[in-house]
Amino acid sequence: MLFFSFFKTLVDKEIRVEFKNGVEITGTLKSIDQYLNLKLDNIKTDVDKYPHLIAVRSLFIRGSMIRYIHLNPVDVDTSLLQDAARREAIATGGDKFAGR
Amino acid sequence: MSQAVTSSVSSSEPLDLIKFCLDEQIYLKLRGGREMVGRLHAYDSHCNIIISDAIETIYYIDKEDGEMKNTKKKSDMIFVRGDSVILATDATNVETN
Repeated sequence: MLFFSFFKTLVDKEIRVEFKNGVEITGTLKSIDQYLNLKLDNIKTDVDKYPHLIAVRSLFIRGSMIRYIHLNPVDVDTSLLQDAARREAIATGGDKFAGR
Repeated sequence: MSQAVTSSVSSSEPLDLIKFCLDEQIYLKLRGGREMVGRLHAYDSHCNIIISDAIETIYYIDKEDGEMKNTKKKSDMIFVRGDSVILATDATNVETN
């Protein structure tokens, strides 16, 4: 849930998504779900490379197609992220062994 | 007794190795002949990862001379989806060239 919560804080921010097939799309993050499926608006791409995307303004991206998401460092609170990661590690570690 | 066993098991989970890299330089080997080195800020149980000041190295075979070459890409802040991750380790464990 850490990354779901994190990406919810990036709604209305600009991100650049790199797909597993190499396509790169920049756009404004409009929506995110638990599978890290994304909805992007105002998308920008290299239309010379991807002419089939020239008319696309807004799209849904299946989370499993994503390789990287490039973020703007000013949108990211790194100390908050590290604390959240440590808390999540404790929480998931505890659950796994709670029943034994 | 069971308490002691539980704590010793939970303190040696595989993901703890990534936890110890938080705020340190981490090395990732990724699918598609890719490597990534940078400062680790977040991870989860799927190995989704956020790294800052990342340098990605992509290895490929040059079509003309058949030699292995690489290109490097920099990214200030990057999210890496866990299903691309092959292994993760402390960057000081890895010889860089």
